[in-house]
Amino acid sequence: MSNNGNSNGQSEVGSIKVKRGLAQMLKGGVIMDVVTPEQAIIAEEAGAVAVMALERVPADIRQDGGVARMSDPGMIKEIIQSVSIPVMAKARIGHFVEAQILEAIGVDYVDESEVLTPADEAYHINKHPFKIPFVCGCRNLGEALRRIGEGAAMIRTKGEAGTGDVVEAVRHARTVLGDIRRLQAMPDEELMTYAKEIGAPYALVAETKALGRLPVVNFAAGGIATPADAALMMQIGVDGVFVGSGIFKSGDPVKRAKAIVMATTHFNNPQILAEVSENLGEPMVGINVSSLPESEQLAVRGW
Amino acid sequence: MRIGVLALQGAFIEHIKMLRALGVEAVEVRLPADLEGLDGLIIPGGESTTIGKLAVMYGLMEPLRQFAAQKPLWGTCAGMIFMAKEIGNGSAGRDQPLLGIMDVEVERNAFGRQVDSFEAGLDVSVFANGDGEPFPAVFIRAPRLVAAKGEAWVIAKLADGTAVAAQQGKWLVTSFHPELTDDLRFHKYFLSLVAEEK
Repeated sequence: MSNNGNSNGQSEVGSIKVKRGLAQMLKGGVIMDVVTPEQAIIAEEAGAVAVMALERVPADIRQDGGVARMSDPGMIKEIIQSVSIPVMAKARIGHFVEAQILEAIGVDYVDESEVLTPADEAYHINKHPFKIPFVCGCRNLGEALRRIGEGAAMIRTKGEAGTGDVVEAVRHARTVLGDIRRLQAMPDEELMTYAKEIGAPYALVAETKALGRLPVVNFAAGGIATPADAALMMQIGVDGVFVGSGIFKSGDPVKRAKAIVMATTHFNNPQILAEVSENLGEPMVGINVSSLPESEQLAVRGW
Repeated sequence: MRIGVLALQGAFIEHIKMLRALGVEAVEVRLPADLEGLDGLIIPGGESTTIGKLAVMYGLMEPLRQFAAQKPLWGTCAGMIFMAKEIGNGSAGRDQPLLGIMDVEVERNAFGRQVDSFEAGLDVSVFANGDGEPFPAVFIRAPRLVAAKGEAWVIAKLADGTAVAAQQGKWLVTSFHPELTDDLRFHKYFLSLVAEEK
């Protein structure tokens, strides 16, 4: 897993610590979906901690239908060259070759994402052999710990991407955090049965109980469209937020991007939240998640 | 002793936990008023561009410079970039707000992208009597010191000679992340600088 690719004597690259560590540096920040170098620069200027490079934002993937795949590596490379902040990119669930390609072009984080069409309906990518870290989606503690067991170095609650409706992001974050609170109240003799029930590795269940949180950084994603949405997720207890379609599908992306960044830093300061929420122009047109049939929900992808 | 940790973004909770483990009162700093009554300040790892922009948006630049003129400051990774007077090439040409207080030149992402992030053991010259284990240094998309000038001096180097930590009077910079380890020696060392100033 770790080999010596660096010229500094006894150094170790690709360790769990450096994979998880990058996510720790992103905490309290906003990761923005971008489809062009120009958008990436706007995101960086607004204070994004990282960008997710993709060909279509989830709202468009949803509208266009068809198979959604990894983006063109040439386009991702252009975005990498245009900003100094980390660049993430998405691979399909189970598509380890897409992940290998993303590693080869120097992406900083791979998102094994339900927003793309899954390539494998039984297995996720074995993420341990990669030197770059992975972020994966989850809806509950069992799913989070299965992904961490496979080597994910960062977790995001899924929400429902491309809708601009925060309700699923709230549901999934509350479920994960609530599961952890219940776990902390359990006596140790109940942990094995609980691990069996939620389909999670026992060692990670025990570790989560001891830590009182996931062993990796946990962001919220899927449906965040306003500064208030971002601050809501932060107050609920996540470490940071992903904003997909919410910024560049809105009327004034520059202003909204900045406002969401400030709201994420000052999530506990209603005075500042009020200031940054003023005059942001049109938000993205939303889709009410309760009107979506299950076949159109992305969050149910993942096993 | 009351130490602030700049909490605009990044690994501030990790620093706070280590300070508390050392029995020190640690507080999050997000606005200029939060600097009041602090004996020292840590600027954590994170994204230096983001931290700089957020500091500008909330009028923290001058208050931080004034604070630094009086009190000890320690920047880890992004914090080191933020405290430096100069950023060398390899950094995107766009404007990145810097406190620009310490006489060092740094290069951002000097070891490559995330795939090149690494851990390495370091000998740190300022730790008392050179005892014990190498310091477990974690480098994440890390900067390096290109030069320490004037009164700034290098206190740790990698095996290949690359400078990765420096001190200038009561100011400290490290291109790696002691807050991601359970080794308290760097935090203790910083607190000793704070104690001297008090």
